[in-house]
Amino acid sequence: MQLLRTGFPLPLHRRRRGGPVASLVALAMLAMVAFGTAGRALAAGPDITHYTLPNGLEVVIIPDRRAPVVTHMVWYRVGAADETPGKSGLAHFLEHLLFKGTTKFPDATFSNTVASLGGRENAFTAADYTGYFQRVPREHLKLMMEMEADRMTNLVLSEAVVKPELNVVLEEQNSRVANNPAARLGEQIGAALYLNHPYGRPIIGWRQEIEALTFTDALAFYKRFYTPNNAILVIAGDVDAGELKPIIAATYGNVARQFEVAPRARPMEPDQPSPRRLSLSDPRVTQPSVSRQYLVPSSTTAKPGESEALDLLSHILGGGANSRLYRTLVVNKGLATSAGAYYQGTALDYGSLGVYGAPKDGTSLEQLEAEIDAVLAEVVANGVTADELQRAKDRLIADAVYAQDDQSMLARWYGAALATGSTVEDVKAWPERVRKVDAAAVQAAAKAFLDIRRSVTGHLLKETPEKQP
Amino acid sequence: MIAVQRSLLLKTAAALLLAFAVQIAVAMNPARATTIERIVSPGGIEAWLVRDSAVPLVSMEFAFHGGASQDPADKPGVATMMAALLDEGAGDLDSATFADRLERKAIELRIRAGRDTIRGALRTLSDNRGEAFELLRLALNAPRFDAEPVERIRAQMMAGLRRATTSPEDIASRRWWETAFPGHAYGRPVNGSLDSVPTITADDLRTYHKRILARGTLKIGIVGDIDAEAAKTMLDQVFGGLPAKAKLNNVVTMAPQGLGQRISETLAVPQAVVLFGGSGIPREDPDFMAAYVVNHILGGGSFSSRLYREVRETRGLAYSVYNSLVWLDHAALFMGATATRADRVDESIAIISAEIHRMAEEGPTEDELKNAKAYLTSSYALGLDTSTKIATQLVQIQLDDLGIGYIDRRAGLIDAVTLADTRRVAKRLFGGGMLVSTVGPAATSVPAPSAAGTLLAPPAAQPPASGNTVR
Repeated sequence: MQLLRTGFPLPLHRRRRGGPVASLVALAMLAMVAFGTAGRALAAGPDITHYTLPNGLEVVIIPDRRAPVVTHMVWYRVGAADETPGKSGLAHFLEHLLFKGTTKFPDATFSNTVASLGGRENAFTAADYTGYFQRVPREHLKLMMEMEADRMTNLVLSEAVVKPELNVVLEEQNSRVANNPAARLGEQIGAALYLNHPYGRPIIGWRQEIEALTFTDALAFYKRFYTPNNAILVIAGDVDAGELKPIIAATYGNVARQFEVAPRARPMEPDQPSPRRLSLSDPRVTQPSVSRQYLVPSSTTAKPGESEALDLLSHILGGGANSRLYRTLVVNKGLATSAGAYYQGTALDYGSLGVYGAPKDGTSLEQLEAEIDAVLAEVVANGVTADELQRAKDRLIADAVYAQDDQSMLARWYGAALATGSTVEDVKAWPERVRKVDAAAVQAAAKAFLDIRRSVTGHLLKETPEKQP
Repeated sequence: MIAVQRSLLLKTAAALLLAFAVQIAVAMNPARATTIERIVSPGGIEAWLVRDSAVPLVSMEFAFHGGASQDPADKPGVATMMAALLDEGAGDLDSATFADRLERKAIELRIRAGRDTIRGALRTLSDNRGEAFELLRLALNAPRFDAEPVERIRAQMMAGLRRATTSPEDIASRRWWETAFPGHAYGRPVNGSLDSVPTITADDLRTYHKRILARGTLKIGIVGDIDAEAAKTMLDQVFGGLPAKAKLNNVVTMAPQGLGQRISETLAVPQAVVLFGGSGIPREDPDFMAAYVVNHILGGGSFSSRLYREVRETRGLAYSVYNSLVWLDHAALFMGATATRADRVDESIAIISAEIHRMAEEGPTEDELKNAKAYLTSSYALGLDTSTKIATQLVQIQLDDLGIGYIDRRAGLIDAVTLADTRRVAKRLFGGGMLVSTVGPAATSVPAPSAAGTLLAPPAAQPPASGNTVR
């Protein structure tokens, strides 16, 4: 039960966070980059079955016969960006409430069943989608399908369970955002990046709006969006599509289409003529940093090849130890302790390209930002080399092979792609499209999209007490 | 509803010996049997191998005994820093060249220090495995510790340590460990301190490297598209040049101190972090599996544990609450955590204490035991569905010295736990009190009334243990 940032397939963290031993590097941003760059695709890959049931439920089956386990996911095409203004956090709150039971499987029967079968479960909310999953030994798949199909339309809620859960969500907001200065800055940057589009709202919601969410709000939201024709079933693992189809028909096939869902027409961004800058001061900041996001196309809205060019551009700029930002600012000039870039492209309406850095002692944020700008300007002016382009392509495309070793990752890629307007074929052909990008296309993407007018730059600062005269 | 784990039936084929493969049949799937082979290279290096050519990659995990517990007493952070620098230049390759060669072939190499081990993970496409093994050989045998990467990694460690000074989780954890293990290696921070890290020299790193990276304590797991012969050649190439024996400093076994105490630190954050822990049961103790089951029922990895139900589900006090067993080479622990509003800290601790006390006094119910056994048996396969996860498990089983047949025996060990065992062991595990470390707004520093007195009684000293955190 967690949430994802704007339409971006973050790894599905365990619900429990932290642990007795703190890890060293653990910059959340770096983890995002590592996962985000490649994402979304597969070359040869497994033999995927994809079809739609008469009730409108889209089905994707991804065989991986190596271990006797399955990953069973249902993705709804509804997320934080579909909330009514004033009710931010509702999609995520409802996600929590889906664990509260149905008439047929009351209270925590579903979770208790998953636990007693040795399964694992969780759920997640993003701007464009909400997903639920279980991982179980394959012989229990049918039962999971029965229970998940049941809660698609038969959720039972009461004031008694809704109240404590709202407190859980408020504690989650504390853990994720309020206790974390970098996350607070991230919220501010997101809000400033979107002048009009609901992607500017935090997925977890603004605190005062979460506090006001009610039982009635949650139920109304459920009755607006939870229907088989607004969902995608993804099953990955030790299954045979031929054997599975009748079971899917007998479970999910029996869920009646509840209503038609309106097209997801969100208010779109106007022209953005003004670069935005902001800063956030917090007494807990020990390490200042600068972070900028550019509004760019998503893989769904980009012209052919553009999104792949952005994948490669962000990797060359800031994906790891060989990237231009890291080499220039951290290694060669020794001005920063970290620097990098990332592209969040899995989204219905907009993607974002981010750059960031944390200065070493003796370097000011202004100086570091100027150095970051110089690296970006160099790519805009002179493009990338054939050699670094090749290295970036090989690195990104290899992730498509590595993903074949991980059924949950495959399930997440396909689910996120289909929930944000891409197709199975798009995912499969991604490596091929990356291969085709040439240096000119990467430079063109840099020129077109590293446009300061369509960006927000945020500084995270240490709050110091005001000097007394 | 007891799901027997059919998948990981291991059969011992031959009884041991000589260089060549004790073969264990792992029926990963009726359609495709896989085997764990124990291979020994001509140079005498042992590894466990699962061959699987379905995906064209090789995943290898390895561990050396040592870790941060072998840091010089006055210089915590040496192991962490050394581990971070192994892939920052080696042999003739400077840092930039090394990183370039890794990325060009999409080779993933990660090496890190834990409390008791230096662990590494290598992942490569099959086509690139020659280059991957060569780069790993260089990293392990001929790290350079050049000035530029040493200073860069030092700056990154210092930045992380500074951030940790205002992170409630990090503060709570540091204070718990230094209070529980005063004067002991486990009381020192794995990532070093703001005082120690500036003093670490390249020579410290070299000395540590020479002492600890040795064949004698090496455990290796290999999974993927490589056969036994090629793997054996690789073992000698990569690890053959290391010294035979590690020079390990003696670390004494110690029970955690301060049980019954609550330590608090004030930090201006909206939400307080609560970390708690006490004496556990050693991995090799006959009661370990019963303790594992009991812990699962109290605070383990499902949405149905007692702590989850009482703290989160019923009262909405926290987003996250758990307890787990931690077995280290020189201490056995249970540890848990939660995070809650400042004005609910005392209540949360009281509830957790009461649940721990109740478990110690009454043990689990028949139903809970049945469900826990089913969960722990069936869920094991979920941890073995990628090459990397299997390789990690192969190394862990070796570190815990459980034998190559463990995957086969495990379900039987869990099933053999009786209700009487769990009641006896619950008392042993949770009857001894705990040390609580809280960090949060001022309200939380008021001493908590202990609901059931479980904070009070210090336990008897515990015998040694080995291993790692597992939920």
